[in-house]
Amino acid sequence: MATAALLLEGIHKAFGGFVALDSIDLEIHAGELVCFLGPSGCGKTTLLRIIAGLETQTRGRVLQNGRDVSRAPPAARDYGIVFQSYALFPNLSVRSNVAYGLVNRRKGRAQIDARVKELLSLVGLPDSGEKFPGQCSGGQQQRVALARALATAPSLLLLDEPLSALDAKERDRLRGEVRQLQRRLRVTTIMVTHDQEEALSMSDRVVVMNRGRIEQIGAPLQVYEQPATPFVADFLGKVNVLNAVSLGGGRYRVGTIELATSANGAAAGESVRLYLRPEDRVLADSGPVESMPNACRGRVQHVDFLGTYCLAQLEVDAFQGQSLLIYFSLNQSHELGVRDGASITFALRGERVRVFAPGE
Amino acid sequence: MNAGIRSGSGFAPRTTLPVVEAIATRGGLLILAVALFVFLTLPLATLLMRSVEDRAGQFVGLINFVDYLGSAAFTRSAGNTLAFATLTTAITVPFAFVFAYAIQRSCIPFKGLWRGIALLPILAPSLLAAISFIYLFGNQGWLKFVLGALGVETIYGMAGMVLAMSFSSFPHAVMILLAGLALADGRLYEAADSMATSNRRKFLTITLPGARYGLISAAMVVFTMAVSEFGVPKVIGGNTSVLAIDIYKQVIGQQNFQVGAVVGIVLLLPVLAAFVVDSAVRKRNQSLLTARSVPYSPRPDRGRDLVLLIYVVGVSIALLLVIGMAVFGSFVKVWPYNLSFTLHHYTYGFEEAGVDNAWLNSVVMALWCALAGAALTFAGAYWLEKTRGADWLRPPIQLQAMTPTAVPGLVLGIGYILFFNHPANPLGFLYGTMTILVLSTIVHFYSSSHLTAVTALKQLDSEFESVSASLKVPFYKTFWRVTVPVCLPAIADIGRYYFVNAMTTISAVVFLYSPRTMLASISIVQLDEAGAVGAAAAMATLIVVTSAGVSVIFFAVEWWLARRTQAWRRHSI
Repeated sequence: MATAALLLEGIHKAFGGFVALDSIDLEIHAGELVCFLGPSGCGKTTLLRIIAGLETQTRGRVLQNGRDVSRAPPAARDYGIVFQSYALFPNLSVRSNVAYGLVNRRKGRAQIDARVKELLSLVGLPDSGEKFPGQCSGGQQQRVALARALATAPSLLLLDEPLSALDAKERDRLRGEVRQLQRRLRVTTIMVTHDQEEALSMSDRVVVMNRGRIEQIGAPLQVYEQPATPFVADFLGKVNVLNAVSLGGGRYRVGTIELATSANGAAAGESVRLYLRPEDRVLADSGPVESMPNACRGRVQHVDFLGTYCLAQLEVDAFQGQSLLIYFSLNQSHELGVRDGASITFALRGERVRVFAPGE
Repeated sequence: MNAGIRSGSGFAPRTTLPVVEAIATRGGLLILAVALFVFLTLPLATLLMRSVEDRAGQFVGLINFVDYLGSAAFTRSAGNTLAFATLTTAITVPFAFVFAYAIQRSCIPFKGLWRGIALLPILAPSLLAAISFIYLFGNQGWLKFVLGALGVETIYGMAGMVLAMSFSSFPHAVMILLAGLALADGRLYEAADSMATSNRRKFLTITLPGARYGLISAAMVVFTMAVSEFGVPKVIGGNTSVLAIDIYKQVIGQQNFQVGAVVGIVLLLPVLAAFVVDSAVRKRNQSLLTARSVPYSPRPDRGRDLVLLIYVVGVSIALLLVIGMAVFGSFVKVWPYNLSFTLHHYTYGFEEAGVDNAWLNSVVMALWCALAGAALTFAGAYWLEKTRGADWLRPPIQLQAMTPTAVPGLVLGIGYILFFNHPANPLGFLYGTMTILVLSTIVHFYSSSHLTAVTALKQLDSEFESVSASLKVPFYKTFWRVTVPVCLPAIADIGRYYFVNAMTTISAVVFLYSPRTMLASISIVQLDEAGAVGAAAAMATLIVVTSAGVSVIFFAVEWWLARRTQAWRRHSI
């Protein structure tokens, strides 16, 4: 097996009595884009800074391409970094900013000029070399910071919430651009973000973190559809949580009705929680739902209009007081007459239900 | 039910209120505008007018200028003044920069102590340094041999002037540079680290550009102080003539007000230039820090910290030595022959020269400046910042509030003489009184105090006044209940600033005192002229002790006020 581009072994970080990171083990492969995703204070930025050598771990090892860099200063490691604030040198032109790391390496002038030109066109700013950072828009500054980080052709690119300072439109555009650039250059990339949409749309693998620990590592689809813990289910997207009792064989009783699922881990008689996303339902526009397994009937309490989708809260009598959030596309909501007080029949997708113990 | 609340009789809008408020707003602004006009602009305008008149008061155009600027005396004085100011700036700013750098960007211990020592010279009149350097390097100086080794013939002259001025201006440069180096974006240094940047390059590309505005500002302040300094050249300048001395000689010595006015205007030019450069630079100084920046905090580095600590200790010892020398000299019988202890200089010394009322006069004047100055400055800033209406009055007030920075005290002083001493002036009765000393000092130090007040007021939500208007509470109630309590620490700070400057200033008041209102700082010049160096040192020591003591009292009051009125600042975490 090839050596990992980056290997973290038992990384532990304490600030005084506060444990910021608790035995983190992680292997990152060459050329992939990995997102550290989690709420603020989960330790994702601290982990990135330890990889960069800007913070020193209390315990544990960092290996880059098989080389132990655990105690190496930032300068002795091989990476480029883009900060949330971009940290562009305000007094230097865009060109000098991008050339900054190259000058440190004592490259020839012509060589530097050529490389800067190449990078600026790579990030789509071929004509902005003479500008100062203050004269650039947020998105342009972000691109300059990216060019600067990539200038020395590092084997690892670190991005610390690189898009969070941008407005929504610009953020969407740059998501695609960054991902494309990363694929083209095949540079191993770690991105820290608290934005789940960003993590899911950009990465090869997502590392979901909470309270200094890794909750789950997996492909975006995997962590979304098969969350390993209630935290992951809850943090990524919306989820319904239903109190239920296991009947064995993947069957659960919620209120007065039974649901058939493909999650058959719980022993009969055990109290559990069922996690189900608002889109994991079948509606009447795709067939006679009344006769499907797990069919339910609910009354619409209220509807949140979210653009192409509506999110409706339904009171299901059979659930005895537990309400359910269900997505409807705009068309479905028109066809099925989803409005306050309307009665809607639907079937839950048993194969999507995740089951966790109540205390988890 | 809603209608009932709306028409509740107790809450009916009081129609008289807006009228009262409008009068209070416009009245306050008008008083401020008139006061600044009478006590700042008119004296300066008189100065301008007199510079184009002959002794009989006839308009003569620019003849006075042509005569003076063409004279050999002018060429010599202007050259000396320029050399004096340039050398002082070239010495003070680098020394102050390294000092401030050590405090803000290294991990040396006892930073508060070093900062305190660096600021000590503010408490002393600039003459104290001149006297100390005479003690140290003068004809009977301890360290006179050092001068010989350096090839300097005598301390009386350019060498002594530059040394003494560097001492006096040091804390001002340090304060500006401490602020200039206080904040830096830590991420910039981390980005540089990630690109394997040398310390030298980090300093040149991040630290120095970040401190550029502070450096320019500090250089301009030191340059301005030296150009308009009167006391230091007078006491230690020997035969070196500078523009400030020329003014004094023309006005006090020869009663030649026209030429005095001309020199004043000439003196105004370099100071005005420095002021323009500084404001141009300030305007370009948009904040380099964004909301997402992370403040830089230095990490220990034994080699660097040790070198900087040695430097800081060295400079601190030198500063303490200069102050200590004057204090020591004031307690010995005859320097350097008879070093036995005596209080003679404090008693007979003052009496003999007829300046035994000077210290008390200074304290009285400084107290008035502190009380009246703080109240007037803060009220003025409040009216300017927080009221609405009468907008045509605001730009002239703002301009006048910032003018004193660009006017050397000597120029202001001559303006005052010319204006208040004019036979036709109904305010002439002020001439020679304590009141005019207080007024001129408040005006002289108005700009910086005004800025302190405006900064404090700007931190308050600008909608307080709108909220109280919507609650039908007149603005002056909000002023008393909210604005003043919240700003009390800033107001106390302004009072302290006025007090210390009133104790140490010479430049404007030297033209305005009478024998009855002789001030401590001015008496040092007289004592020195009379050859009573010991008594001069004693007076300088008294001033330092007084300003230090009052500063301590003010700090105690500020601390107490902070506990009483600033509880809301404490976060409940």
